[in-house]
Amino acid sequence: MASKADIAEGATTDKSRGGGVAKGRVLLRGVTKCFGAVDVIKGVDLEIAPGELTVFVGPSGCGKSTLLRLVSGLELPTGGSIIIGDRDVTLVHPSERGIAMVFQSYALYPHMSVAENMGFGLKIAGLPKPLIKEKVAKAAEILQLTPLLDRKPRALSGGQRQRVAIGRCIVREPEVFLFDEPLSNLDAALRGQMRVEIARLHAKLGATMIYVTHDQVEAMTLATRIVVLNAGRIEQIGAPIELYRHPANLFVAGFIGSPAMNFMDGIVEAVETDGVSVRLNGATLRLPRHDAAVKPGAKVTVGIRPEHFRVGPTPTDMDHDQAVEFDAIIDLVERLGGETLAHLRMPSLSDGVLVVKISGDVPLRIGTGLRVGVRLAQCHLFDADGRAVGEPAARAVVAA
Amino acid sequence: MYDNRVSGYLYIAPFLIGLATFTLFPFLASFLLSFSDYQLQDPVEQARFLGLGNYTQMAGDDTFHGSLGVTFLYVFITVPLKLAFALFIAFVLNFKLRGIGFFRTAYYVPSILGGSVAIAVLWRYVFAGDGLINQVLVWAGGEPLNWLGEPAYALFTVVLLRLWQFGSAMVVFLAGLQNIPTDLYEAATIDGAGKAHIFFTITLPLLTPVIFFNFIMQIVQAFQEFNGPYIITGGGPLKSTYLLPLMIYEEAFKYFNVGYAAALSWALFLIIALFTIIAFASAKYWVFYGNEREDGE
Ligand SMILES: Nc1ncnc2c1ncn2[C@@H]1O[C@H](COP(=O)(O)OP(=O)(O)OP(=O)(O)O)[C@@H](O)[C@H]1O
Ligand SMILES: [Mg+2]
Repeated sequence: MASKADIAEGATTDKSRGGGVAKGRVLLRGVTKCFGAVDVIKGVDLEIAPGELTVFVGPSGCGKSTLLRLVSGLELPTGGSIIIGDRDVTLVHPSERGIAMVFQSYALYPHMSVAENMGFGLKIAGLPKPLIKEKVAKAAEILQLTPLLDRKPRALSGGQRQRVAIGRCIVREPEVFLFDEPLSNLDAALRGQMRVEIARLHAKLGATMIYVTHDQVEAMTLATRIVVLNAGRIEQIGAPIELYRHPANLFVAGFIGSPAMNFMDGIVEAVETDGVSVRLNGATLRLPRHDAAVKPGAKVTVGIRPEHFRVGPTPTDMDHDQAVEFDAIIDLVERLGGETLAHLRMPSLSDGVLVVKISGDVPLRIGTGLRVGVRLAQCHLFDADGRAVGEPAARAVVAA
Repeated sequence: MYDNRVSGYLYIAPFLIGLATFTLFPFLASFLLSFSDYQLQDPVEQARFLGLGNYTQMAGDDTFHGSLGVTFLYVFITVPLKLAFALFIAFVLNFKLRGIGFFRTAYYVPSILGGSVAIAVLWRYVFAGDGLINQVLVWAGGEPLNWLGEPAYALFTVVLLRLWQFGSAMVVFLAGLQNIPTDLYEAATIDGAGKAHIFFTITLPLLTPVIFFNFIMQIVQAFQEFNGPYIITGGGPLKSTYLLPLMIYEEAFKYFNVGYAAALSWALFLIIALFTIIAFASAKYWVFYGNEREDGE
């Protein structure tokens, strides 16, 4: 454990580090973590540029929190190294890494006032009282906490507590903010509001942030880049829209987007340089995709997002050269207000039920038939190993 | 329709009968007797009403004053020591170590045995002139001590018997410690607080409700200690371990002054009540209750 003097010195070097080019950069090199015999993080390489807001997403138990805690220093890695700024902090104490963390439970000290909560770290670092007060006041100003400074956490609403937890981070002026599902204890309306506040805060402070969430909307709206984790490994890293448009594999395709992408099993019938013909349940689709590794007879998976279907007696808004239409029977209808999720049986595509997202005002009756269209270019194709089959070179150039 | 009120009352009857026979009746009877000169060997009808006679007698009774002094000494030594010791052990047992469950159980065992007569008897032999402790002392090259014959040492052995029963307080502390979210420790670690600092600024304040509870329990129990002095020292030497409960017992069943003993009991009761009230009144200055809403919102 570091002595008071060490920490105070750390605080001053923090300042002098401010001029460094790499301030706020986070670099993970071959990071692994085992808990006993269980490998939780299985080799993660990741570079986060200064000022980026990186979001970790992935199914429950995939290691998001563990990875964040490795960056924070609350857990030490089994292997690999962690660099923050231009310092290797793999074995550095959490308080000296230049990080601050917002916990899911807020983790406010219940017996201290808001001001004491925010100033706790500075007090330990030995800063003079007036300076602490000034920094706390400044952070409170940013977060509109000024009238609440004398309250105890129990006298605050969930959203206010969350802001105090963020304030406690701000006063430490960290290089990197770490958030572990900070909004998951809030109700939907407040979550939306806090999400906007965090986006605003990120724009204002320009600090590097790493943000763990389960929430698709949070991930898509906040992230500079999203890191999709699965079972302790990175599946894909990219800008939100990049992951949405070009998922690298079945896992990412199924994980990003809500409701999830529909998947259909198929067999490759023919391969040409500008397309692949895939035989589905009843129909054959010629998708504008190409990969030298995909051979006729290979098992593949076709993916279509619910929002990419067009529905109607005759789907309008379709360029018929590049679109196809199918007959569907309505199995179930979920009306969300602005939009509707229709669960449809489309025997030509699949044995199962496919989910289609359409606008809210289309009349739909269970058991009745329907014409559904889809643009071939919006169909995703994955090979037998689940890897995405890319667009043909020529087409990619045209698209760009 | 079957009326199950009757069976309901039947179910709680054993408790009500027990409460009435062993708590309520002695409580009221002793209150009445404390104003009488009732002697154990006489029929109750012969008892005379003394008014506050027994209580004025207490004011001039040197044995009572001596016993009261020893009792306070005993309480003021054992309660803080036992609480500190119980907290320390609970703190150690709160670490996540291999086999910690075994140690948690093992450390509780003395408390199951500790208050029993058998252990008090054992204690007497262990601290006797040729007892185990002295044999070890001699073996280690020291002088044997007259544990039960010297006033200071005798009180020490009785105190030790009480400290040895730290288990129930420890279990309550352990539960309290485990109620403190680890997130708080982690947040404090990131804030740069060292282990000791975290203990004094996070753990201890959040533990005050449990400390308060244990404090009250220990005060009440310590004032009522009887087995230790009765079996180990018999109150001696020179009445150095003559705690008030022992005096009450001897007044009633050795000297047969039941009326006076009842008055002594009520004096003890009032003392315990007074300490409890003071403790509760002080609570708002040092006990932190996390779930209580603040005023003025
Ligand atoms: N201290 C620990 N000891 C043993 N196993 C642990 C420990 N911490 C985490 N794990 C295991 O590591 C895996 C990853 O946990 P982690 O908390 O990182 O998941 P997560 O992605 O954050 O999940 P969630 O979305 O549910 O929060 C889980 O299987 C978990 O059981
Ligand atoms: Mg988690």
